[in-house]
Formats: sequence, structure tokens, C-alpha cells
Amino acid sequence: MTELQQGLHAKLAWRRGALALDIDFSLPPRGITALFGPSGAGKTSCLRAIAGLERGGLGRISFGNQVWQDNAHRVFVPPHRRRLGYVFQEPSLFGHRSVSANLDFGFRRAGRPARVDRQGLIDRFGLHALLGRRADTLSGGERQRVAMVRALMSDPSLLLFDEPLSALDAPARSELLGCLESLHATLAVPMIYVSHNIDEVARLADHLVLLDAGHVVAQGPLQATLTRLDLPPALGEAIGAVIEGRVSGYDAQDQLIELEFSGGKLWLPYRREVVGQALRCRIGARDIVLTRMPMAGSSALNQIPCRILAMADADHPSQCLVQLDAGGSILLARITRRSWHALGLAPGGEVWAQVKAVALGMP
Amino acid sequence: MPLLSGEDLQALWLTLRLATTVTVLLLLLGAPLAWWLSQTRSRWRRPIAAVVALPLVLPPTVLGFYLLMLLGPHGVVGRAMAAMGLSGLPFTFQGLVVASMLYSLPFVVQPLHNAFDAIGRQPLEVAACLGAGPLDRFLSVALPLAVPGVVTAAVLGFAHTVGEFGVVLMIGGNIPGQTRVVSMRIYDHVQAGEYHQAHVLSLCLLLVSFVALLATSLLRSRRYARD
Repeated sequence: MTELQQGLHAKLAWRRGALALDIDFSLPPRGITALFGPSGAGKTSCLRAIAGLERGGLGRISFGNQVWQDNAHRVFVPPHRRRLGYVFQEPSLFGHRSVSANLDFGFRRAGRPARVDRQGLIDRFGLHALLGRRADTLSGGERQRVAMVRALMSDPSLLLFDEPLSALDAPARSELLGCLESLHATLAVPMIYVSHNIDEVARLADHLVLLDAGHVVAQGPLQATLTRLDLPPALGEAIGAVIEGRVSGYDAQDQLIELEFSGGKLWLPYRREVVGQALRCRIGARDIVLTRMPMAGSSALNQIPCRILAMADADHPSQCLVQLDAGGSILLARITRRSWHALGLAPGGEVWAQVKAVALGMP
Repeated sequence: MPLLSGEDLQALWLTLRLATTVTVLLLLLGAPLAWWLSQTRSRWRRPIAAVVALPLVLPPTVLGFYLLMLLGPHGVVGRAMAAMGLSGLPFTFQGLVVASMLYSLPFVVQPLHNAFDAIGRQPLEVAACLGAGPLDRFLSVALPLAVPGVVTAAVLGFAHTVGEFGVVLMIGGNIPGQTRVVSMRIYDHVQAGEYHQAHVLSLCLLLVSFVALLATSLLRSRRYARD
């Protein structure tokens, strides 16, 4: 059995109000897959259909060697038999129970499996002090942390996270994003993460499914998919490179860190990273300026030598998208057609990508 | 002259026994029924909900009359019971329990139905995704969240059974210790011109109703204060 056969396959069609959904995608059996797209694209409906919470869809869903839904053969496995870890957008704890009773709800029903590290999860998400509290006395961020640990403790075979950070304020959001990043490294089961926030997706996802108006418009590895030239304009600001590298230096005076990646080095604003840690950084297509020569006397801190791979029309007729290769990392730049012609650019040509460090701020 | 005669006390005791029995049985029967009504997408949902609500609008004497026909020695149920060697239900305590259950059914089912509806689907979906099957979800999530509705249902069912008259008249008759409930006794007293006894018994029912409503409201406010 190949790796892809072991993952999740979904091919479903249904209507939900004015939106006609017709989805077809396959997810790898490991890592985090982001289901990304604008509001109203049908992301949550997709997730609910995968969980079996929506029965309107016709088609087939399989996970590993189990068939969860197959309308042709009248197969439908109810949600409680799918071994899911679902985290809803609104933190939805059982208000009439304590935090520890909430955590144990799924844990107990899964038979308290030894492979679930109850104490470890409680420590990692900082829930120890909350265990005795009633769930309805917690703040939004605390509730969502409990909801995540509760899902993880139910020994799921697939995690489904539906915009878990979108209802939270900025500090709670950034704290939980950190928790999720640390979870990513140790995650033994696949996760589908629904979001319309590209920064969350850039930091967490390995694999990407782009949805627009109820249809899958692109899917594949995160970096390769976000730098494609044929993405629909509805994705707007989301398109651009995600650089993966390691923090190689810290300038305490200027409060900058240096990120080393396959295409060279980038200076970014310091945000409590430590030297040596892995780091992802998103470079939006609008944040890149192209020059033929390295520039002296520019305020842009980062200048990366690149080779032009391809050019394509952008959504506005005045603009084009330029795909660049920076030592194996793909970058995407949105520039005017006038500049493309004025600089005499062509595929195969050498250019310098100028990136302002302030554009690389993380959420 | 004693405040309550032996016969009055007997009627009072019978009424409380009847109302308690009916309330407990109705909660046991009504909870699954209300749960089904709140969850099902069956096309039978609306007709069945209408049948459950029927006693709300039906004159009690009509309900009692049909029950008498049905349960009597010539009725379908009465004949079936006789064939099984069971004694008839009309003019017995058991018959009164059955009739009262039908009569008070909507007063128990509707508060429960509303309470289950108010929970919304989210807590139940969360429970399902955490591995809880349908019965498990009902017992561990729906019922605990519907407790205020259960209390209301119990009080309404109890008070409504205490106050019934027409159904009792048709199916129970007026047999001391068997089917003579307080409301019948009050009627008898008034017919005989014994206004003093009628007053005392009426006051008893008034107090029972008042205490029941007060207790519910106190229970609920304590619950909300804790939340």
C-alpha cells in the first residue's frame, strides 16, 4: 500500500444554500494539511462532511483502509466510530463539567489508552492550574486550549481543527499558535487545519488544499502550491513564498535575527526566537522588489540573488507574477508589466530580490 | 370538628400518590419521547408531536370518554387485557394512572422538548466526535444540560395531575381509597353544601401548587447563580 492510499480520500458533491460544493482531494497520512480559502469557500462544510456531521454530501470518503462513507454502497460510519479529534471554531466545552471531566470525556471513551500521554499534554498546554475549574469560568483562550487537549486525549486517528484561533484575541491567538507549532513536531496522526489566515497556514501546514467557491483549486505541498502561477485571484494576498530555514544569528542592538535558508540569509524582526531553532517565514509576492544589480544605498535589508523561472499574468492587467529560484527555494514577486519590460527581464535571467525586513513580520 | 375528616385525608393521600406515580412514569416515558422529537428528521415527527399535544386542547371529558370506550370490557384494549387474564382498568387506581398519564403528557413532554432544543446541536456533535454514541450522548450530555427543563416538566406534570377532574370522573368514578381524588371530594362537599370542608381541601391544593412553583423557581435561581 502506498503512502497516499493510507491517507484520507474525499470525493463529495452537495449543495449548501447557494453554494454548490464539489470536492475531490487526497491527503497524506502524516503532517498538517491546511484547508485554506476565502470566507464562504466551503471549508467548514468540507470538514464537517469528513467528520460525518453533515450527511448531505454524496460520494465517497475513505481513511486508511476504512471506508467512512460510500453512498453507492450505502455505507456511512457515524462520527463517534471514526476516532476523530474535532476542535470547533467556537470553544465548545461541556459547561456543566469541570476541566478535568471535559478532558477525560473522550479519554475514558477511548479506553484510557496508554499511548496517550495525559500528563504530558496537560503540562505542554499549561492546563495544570485549570483542572479543578468549571469549564464555563474559563477565558476564550483557556477554553480552546482545553478543547484541543480534550481532542488529543481521545486517541484520535485524524485531527480536524476548524479555525480554532479565529474567535480569540491576539495574545491568546499567538500563545496557542506557539502550542500548535510545538505539537506539530510530535504529531503522530494527520491533522486537517481549516483557516482563512495565511500566516497561521504558513507556520503550521505541510500540505495545502486551496478551496474557492466550493471547489478545490489547487493542492500539494505548502511551498510549491503557494508559489504556483495559476492560482485564482480570490486568494489575493495569500500567494507568495514560505521560506523554511534556521535562525543563525541575533543582533540584540538592532533587534533583528538572521535566518539562513537554501537561497541565502534574511534579516527579520526579532520575536523571541532562539539561535539554532527552525523557523518559517512568509514573503508575500507584493513585498519583493526586483533589481538587475545588487543595490547600494537601499533601505531594504535583504537582497537575494535569484534566477527567473517563469512569468504569468496577474489578476490586474498592469501586473505580472514572476516565479524565482533562490538556491532551490521558490519565491514569487508581483511587479508591473512596465517594470518587466523596462528591466528587460526574461525567464532564465538573473535578478536580485529586495525584501524589506519589516515586511517579514510574523503575526 | 376536625380540620380534615378521615375520608378527606384518604382523598388527599390518594391524590398525592397518584400525582407522584404519574410524574415519575411520565418523566421516564416523556424524556425519550421528547428527545426523539427534538432529534428526528422523520416525517412522523409532526403528526406525533400533534398527538402528544392533543390533551392540551381536548376537553378532559372527551379524553375520558374515549379512554372508557377503549379500556372498558368491550373496548379493544379492555378485551385484549381480558384475553390475557388481566382485570379491567376502568374504576381502578391503575386505570386512573393510565388516564392521567395521557392527560398530563404534553405538560411533561413540551418543557423537555424545549429544553432539548435549547441545547443546540454543538454539544452533541462535540460528544459524538469524542466517541460518544447516541444513548451515551443522551445520558451524559443532553439530560444533564436539560435539568431545568426536567424540573419544570416534573412540576407541571405533578400540578396538572393533582388538578384533574373530568378525566377522573369518566374513567375513575368516585370510589373511596381507589379513585376518589381531592378534586372529586371538593365537588362532593360543594354538592352537599359542606363549604367549610371544601375550603380546607381547596386550600390544601392551593398550597401544594404554590409550594411546587416556588420550589422550582428557587431551584432554578440557585442553579443559575452557580453557573
